[in-house]
Amino acid sequence: MIGDYTYDQFFSILAMQGFAGLVLFSVFVLMALGLAIIFGQMGVINMAHGEFMILGAYVTWGTGLFVTNFAPALFPIYFFVAMALAFCASFTLGVFVEWAMIRHLYKRPLDTLLATWGLSLILQQTYRSVFGAREVGVTLPDWMMGSLPLTDIIEVPINGLFVMALTTLIAIAVALLMYKSRWGKQVRAVTQNRIMAGAVGINTKMVDRMTFGLGCGIAGVAGSAFTMIGSTGPTAGQLYIVDTFLVVVFGGAGSLIGTIASAFAISQAQSTMEFFLSGSMAKVLTLLTVVGILMLRPQGLFTLKIRR
Amino acid sequence: MSSTTSAAPRTFFGKDAIAFIVLAALILVVFPVALDIFRLNLVGKYLTYAFVAVGLVLCWGFGGILSLGQGIFFGLGGYCMAMFLKLEASSPENTAIQSTPGIPDFMDWNQVTELPWWWVPFNSFPLALIAILLVPTAFAYVIGAAMFKRRVGGVYFAIITQAVAAILTILIVGQQGYTGGINGMTDLRTLLGWDIRTDSAKLILYFVNAVLLLGVILIALFVKSSKFGRLLIAMRDKEDRVRFSGYDVANFKIFVFCLAAAFSAIGGAMFALQVGFMSPSFVGIVPSIEMVIFCAVGGRLSIFGAVYGALLVNYAKTTFSESFPELWLFAMGGLFIAVVMAFPNGLAGIWKSHVEPLLPRLMKRLRPPAIVSAPTKAPAE
Repeated sequence: MIGDYTYDQFFSILAMQGFAGLVLFSVFVLMALGLAIIFGQMGVINMAHGEFMILGAYVTWGTGLFVTNFAPALFPIYFFVAMALAFCASFTLGVFVEWAMIRHLYKRPLDTLLATWGLSLILQQTYRSVFGAREVGVTLPDWMMGSLPLTDIIEVPINGLFVMALTTLIAIAVALLMYKSRWGKQVRAVTQNRIMAGAVGINTKMVDRMTFGLGCGIAGVAGSAFTMIGSTGPTAGQLYIVDTFLVVVFGGAGSLIGTIASAFAISQAQSTMEFFLSGSMAKVLTLLTVVGILMLRPQGLFTLKIRR
Repeated sequence: MSSTTSAAPRTFFGKDAIAFIVLAALILVVFPVALDIFRLNLVGKYLTYAFVAVGLVLCWGFGGILSLGQGIFFGLGGYCMAMFLKLEASSPENTAIQSTPGIPDFMDWNQVTELPWWWVPFNSFPLALIAILLVPTAFAYVIGAAMFKRRVGGVYFAIITQAVAAILTILIVGQQGYTGGINGMTDLRTLLGWDIRTDSAKLILYFVNAVLLLGVILIALFVKSSKFGRLLIAMRDKEDRVRFSGYDVANFKIFVFCLAAAFSAIGGAMFALQVGFMSPSFVGIVPSIEMVIFCAVGGRLSIFGAVYGALLVNYAKTTFSESFPELWLFAMGGLFIAVVMAFPNGLAGIWKSHVEPLLPRLMKRLRPPAIVSAPTKAPAE
């Protein structure tokens, strides 16, 4: 017996808490992947990353609304369309922002931080004016509702499983894109040595723009996935931006594996502690630990050896 | 200040002295004469942010260290002051209806029955004053020492300070029984028996705040004109060269970060006194980054610019959010982008490049009649 629980119940709770942690981990990974590309590879601080995510969430919500009203037959599969649309919307906005703003600021990273913060404020207010200040939630198709019973006590929600599957898929896709494709090679070349990359004939400006767009697009997909677990409001993006940055910095900028590992560590620590402590204390302790470790090891968990 | 004048007489007696006198005249004479007490109190509130902005000029403008966590120090200073005021407001007579009289009301609501040990020093005013300066500075020292000794700087430092600001906010909100939670510490009434809510008290507090701000500006000017100020700029531009010249870069950075923190803490304490409450909404990520924009709008390289920046942005914020609340975030966002893209040196930069070249011409146009008229008048009489 542990406290008021039998061993069986205790392990079930641990397992379910662990699963909740895994879902949180998936969302963290999705959010952090986009940032790992933008911040890790390009060194650009995009404080509006959360707002790109929320754009994806609103696109998903809008698609859901459209489908229920005009094409109810498509409802069971609308989520896939919505995700594609979310990617396109965030990608387009990202490319535009890079063209209008970011490309002038590559040499001034701290100023990028302030400018993108301004962008995030503008986007937030735009969402509020267009969609209203209230949080919106999407209606999930029937097959995503409910949960799979594993044992008598342990149940896993299907939407959680779906998010996890989606995350795995996107993480693999990004890894392939960055490490196996010709384009990924160009991105890494530009990150490691911009001048030489330009000298061997890579169009660095185009690579920058596409990389930024891709990062934003993935944020859009993350937002789309996010609607499956929580509701979306105009300021929801701001709540996650610090966590996401910490995940990327903790993992070691520039390392995809590091990002995934640190997302895992942070989400598991938080959801496990949430069971024993109040939610806010769990978060405080998690973040404090991360900041503490970062003070001891500023380069993060995994580092890329790059000659600058 | 004698060392200031001897170290760099030109800088201190030159434009800076004129700017200082103009600013002093503005906040000590023009505002109190022109504004009613309600507006003056508002200006006093804006000026508390100027403390932070001046600190940021030293830290970010000269030192190149962007801290997104100045709200931490503003908040800690404010909370130290608020804790003292709260304890005074919760004397056993005032709180007789509580189940445990003599402790702040929010503790009673949260079933805390005894004053926590770290609240006890705040019963004494001198200790509270020391805490206002010491707690934030010590905190800044810990953060700074941990980061700068390991040569973490720039973007990483900004993100980590931001994370610390987030942690502190969550902690304050979460520990409602000890900190007042999301509502903060409200209902602050008296300072050593002196009612701070009356109009006369507000007027006096405004002047105390103004004088303190001018003092802080003098310190900042001193730092700027000293050898340390030049080292700061050298570090910002070529850190390695300064290091190779044999200077301990980390210690200089820690010092300037602590100084900025102490300035912010004074601002926070004056904020709590003038506004009469303190809440986590002045600690977190959003207020911290807004404080940076006060400094950026004024001009990150100009101590005086930062003061005007804090005044202007806050004035705009009040006016906008009174009449067009939905436009405010657009304006603020646009301000961030414009300041970075178009005017990286802020108002001070515009002044330097557009207004200052006009001044000599203006002077010339004004001067001849003055010189001509004086001699002609004298013989005539």
